[in-house]
Amino acid sequence: MTVPLALMGLLDREPSYGYDLKRDYDTYFGRGKPLPFGQVYSTLGRLARDGKVTAGQSEPGDGPDRKRYTITPLGKQEVKVWLAEPVAAEPFLQTVLFTKVVLALMLGHDAERYLVTQRATHMRRMRELSEIKRGGALVDALLADHALFHLDADLRWIDLTTARLGALAETVRRA
Amino acid sequence: MTVDALPVPGPLLEARSIDRSYGRTQALREASLSVTAGEILAIMGPSGSGKSTLLHCLAGIFTPDAGEVWFDGRRLDTLSDARRSELRRTSLGFVFQFGQLVPELTVADNVALPLLLGKVRRKQAYQRADGWLKRLELDDLGERRTGELSGGQAQRVAIARALVARPKVIFADEPTGALDSLTGEKVMELLVGLAREEGTTVIVVTHDARVAACADREVMVRDGKVTDPYADEAVR
Ligand SMILES: Nc1ncnc2c1ncn2[C@@H]1O[C@H](COP(=O)(O)OP(=O)(O)OP(=O)(O)O)[C@@H](O)[C@H]1O
Ligand SMILES: [Mg+2]
Repeated sequence: MTVPLALMGLLDREPSYGYDLKRDYDTYFGRGKPLPFGQVYSTLGRLARDGKVTAGQSEPGDGPDRKRYTITPLGKQEVKVWLAEPVAAEPFLQTVLFTKVVLALMLGHDAERYLVTQRATHMRRMRELSEIKRGGALVDALLADHALFHLDADLRWIDLTTARLGALAETVRRA
Repeated sequence: MTVDALPVPGPLLEARSIDRSYGRTQALREASLSVTAGEILAIMGPSGSGKSTLLHCLAGIFTPDAGEVWFDGRRLDTLSDARRSELRRTSLGFVFQFGQLVPELTVADNVALPLLLGKVRRKQAYQRADGWLKRLELDDLGERRTGELSGGQAQRVAIARALVARPKVIFADEPTGALDSLTGEKVMELLVGLAREEGTTVIVVTHDARVAACADREVMVRDGKVTDPYADEAVR
């Protein structure tokens, strides 16, 4: 699941209130599907329980939640590992890939390195699928083709993003 | 038991830190690449990154400004032009995007040509050419002029011509670049399938990931350098 990791990644920039986290998440990763408040707080609650974030004292105010959340070293480590790690090559990954690249740029991690690794992971899977096509029955070949076309689309996006990483970094850099 | 006893094949073809410029444009900078015999290698990378230049240097068509190219235990880049041409004719095959066939000649003539240039007797040359035309499902087209073929047919003829003299390495630069994706894939499958049967090494430059996925491995060229995307994993 990317939501907890995305929230931790946003917290890795600086401590933040639940409301601000939701707003940032929606801005960068929501894409027309805003994160419900309930999910933000339940996720933060679980992360706090697992020792990945800490919640500050409630502050007086109107909103439903006036706690400031801070990432812990354990949480930081998990974000760092996740950002460097290629995702298993499956069709329909775009949101995970995108989230990783944007967060890596925000946090000053090596987004290009990640994209190189992700590309290699995709290519390896595409080679396996080509192999299946070579030996397989028509049904297997057609299924393999479906996956190949989707992975190919991801790969084009990876190449395009690699070429535009500098411009994207400018866009997501905090004012 | 010693490790020495194991057969460890050296690379068949190797570029060692080669540079190559066109005027002020440096197309390759310390590019290194090593290819094992029988390997099918894809070279990918952005447009203008130096892929074709690298391929031409590996094939002895260009000589690098600095660095070394080794082929089959021999230094390639320091050979005389004549010896390099000879080596290309006898040991290397080429499939480019287009333009390598002689349009006025028939399909059979084009495929037999490398053998005729290599002083193979006429009858034998045409017999061997015919065999390859069959393997590439071109046997109906032997008498056609290559100028009258479709793109996919022409590329299959080019593959037959590249393979007919049993080269050690085939160099292909965007062999499917002018074809639709299905035809391109078919052409690539034929090239790779036959190369595997023959044990021929193939180095193919391509933008198409589906084409590259037919290879055993891929490298990326960026800004004139070769990077191995799997380099980190070998260390792990
Ligand atoms: N004949 C030439 N004269 C001058 N510059 C050249 C020549 N051929 C290539 N170049 C330059 O050298 C660099 C590398 O070119 P090369 O053709 O090797 O790239 P490529 O990776 O094959 O690109 P593409 O994917 O577009 O075929 C480019 O900047 C190109 O403009
Ligand atoms: Mg080129």
